[in-house]
Amino acid sequence: MSYVTIKGLSKTYGKRTIIENIDVSVPKGQFVSIVGASGCGKTTFLRLLLAQEQPTRGEIHIDGAPMAREPGRDHGIVFQRYSVLPHQTVLNNLIAPRAFRSSFWGRLSRADRAEERAKARATLARIGLEHVADQYPADLSGGMLQRLAIAQALAGEPKILLLDEPFGALDPGTKIVMHDFLQELRDQSGMTIFMITHDLGEAFKLGDRVWAFDKPVWDATDPEKNAATITYDFDARDDGIPFQTLKERTHVLHAR
Amino acid sequence: MRWINRKPGALLATVLATLPFLAVLLVYMIGSDMRLAVNPQDKLLPAPTTILATAERLLTEPDRRSGEILFWNDTFASLRRLALGVLIAATTALITGIGIGMLPYLRKSFAPFVSVVSMVPPLAILPVLFILLGLGEVSKVALIVIGITPFLIRDMSQRVIDLPSEQFVKAQTLGASSTAIALHVVLPQVLPRLIAAVRLSLGPAWLFLIAAEAIASDQGLGYRIFLVRRYLAMDVILTYVVWITLLAFLLDLALRLLSRRAFPWDGEAL
Ligand SMILES: Nc1ncnc2c1ncn2[C@@H]1O[C@H](COP(=O)(O)OP(=O)(O)OP(=O)(O)O)[C@@H](O)[C@H]1O
Ligand SMILES: [Mg+2]
Repeated sequence: MSYVTIKGLSKTYGKRTIIENIDVSVPKGQFVSIVGASGCGKTTFLRLLLAQEQPTRGEIHIDGAPMAREPGRDHGIVFQRYSVLPHQTVLNNLIAPRAFRSSFWGRLSRADRAEERAKARATLARIGLEHVADQYPADLSGGMLQRLAIAQALAGEPKILLLDEPFGALDPGTKIVMHDFLQELRDQSGMTIFMITHDLGEAFKLGDRVWAFDKPVWDATDPEKNAATITYDFDARDDGIPFQTLKERTHVLHAR
Repeated sequence: MRWINRKPGALLATVLATLPFLAVLLVYMIGSDMRLAVNPQDKLLPAPTTILATAERLLTEPDRRSGEILFWNDTFASLRRLALGVLIAATTALITGIGIGMLPYLRKSFAPFVSVVSMVPPLAILPVLFILLGLGEVSKVALIVIGITPFLIRDMSQRVIDLPSEQFVKAQTLGASSTAIALHVVLPQVLPRLIAAVRLSLGPAWLFLIAAEAIASDQGLGYRIFLVRRYLAMDVILTYVVWITLLAFLLDLALRLLSRRAFPWDGEAL
């Protein structure tokens, strides 16, 4: 059953078409990794998914809803930087989603605030940020910041989670810790996730599916000429060999 | 070692910081001595001791006619005008700046207007203010407001535009309304910038205040300076100048401390 449906999507800036002919559908709970050369339009694609920009042609539907005209609560987003609010403490960053959507003024009532504080503290304990609850984001390491950003996005209870090179600025060790963190959250929430990365290993490790963005036709005289699209759509479950393992497992199951 | 890499120690730094002040004082004292040696009645460069004596008289002795100490009256009147002007300007700039920075409709219609208006030399329209608003308090406060508001608005709207667009997108995905974004994302982040901008505009604010007081007033620091100018009372003028400088310095310091106190997340120390 298709949860995110994308039909004939293309985006043109001025005379330059960045991406075109994207037709895909993603079932609920799938983790899609997106890879591709720098400047080929991955972030542009994400901005369209996020409804931060409108496609030149084509449609995007999330959970059968009409196309979004601006970013909204269906979308959760984590950027490489600037994802959290620098002027709020870690704890308040985590409360912000509830406060923002609670009312027009974006403020919680006194009673609600106490309750949300307790909830947020529990979440912080779960993601290992309890000890910095009252500090400001500037005091946090890169890994902690991204953990907070992901937790904050999930606290908004979005339908899809979009990650644009979320671990791009982290050292390899921290990255591995973050992978476990993300996988755990994903198992708990069953979230549909789109993640852009330049790390192929990461893409295959985390993703159920890996999309490669590239230009099908290269113009040697003008590299900016042609648009990119999804040139490969790998099934990345079970380390990219789902076909074989699937058979064997069924077989084993029947034998027992 | 290269000079760009050499740093003075704490003690030497303090000495270096006081050096220019001492140098100015010394030059003044020498100049004053030289003039007084030729003509003991000279009024242009009174001896530091004379200035101190005058200062003491100004600060403590009440005026014979009114029975009040004019120095403090002048200080109070001037500070009130300054505070009122700066407060009105800052509030206006904060609101319009956030509006222009956040809303494309407002930006399109007001940004060019504000940048043109900010080119009008405020002192050139001072006569207009006097004619329209009279010679009372309103015209003086208005000059300060008109003088610094355009700069503050431009600075504020630019600061809003400079906020990472990621934060706006993030807040929207968390369900924030435009108002909620203005109140909880933009406002707290531009407040420290407002204080910084106000600190920069205090200099011009003093300038406009003293200019307005010099032309039409019956009390105020600027008024007094321009009044005693007629009697060549350099000792009084210099006392007032030092006092104004001290006030301006303290105001600036207070704003800096306030900013550091109120916005602990803001690493920028200006
Ligand atoms: N608002 C815009 N106006 C014009 N051109 C744009 C705009 N946004 C992006 N582009 C162009 O679209 C192309 C794709 O940009 P995009 O940011 O999507 O690449 P990317 O795949 O995310 O690259 P990277 O891996 O470096 O992040 C770039 O060449 C960029 O110059
Ligand atoms: Mg990108």
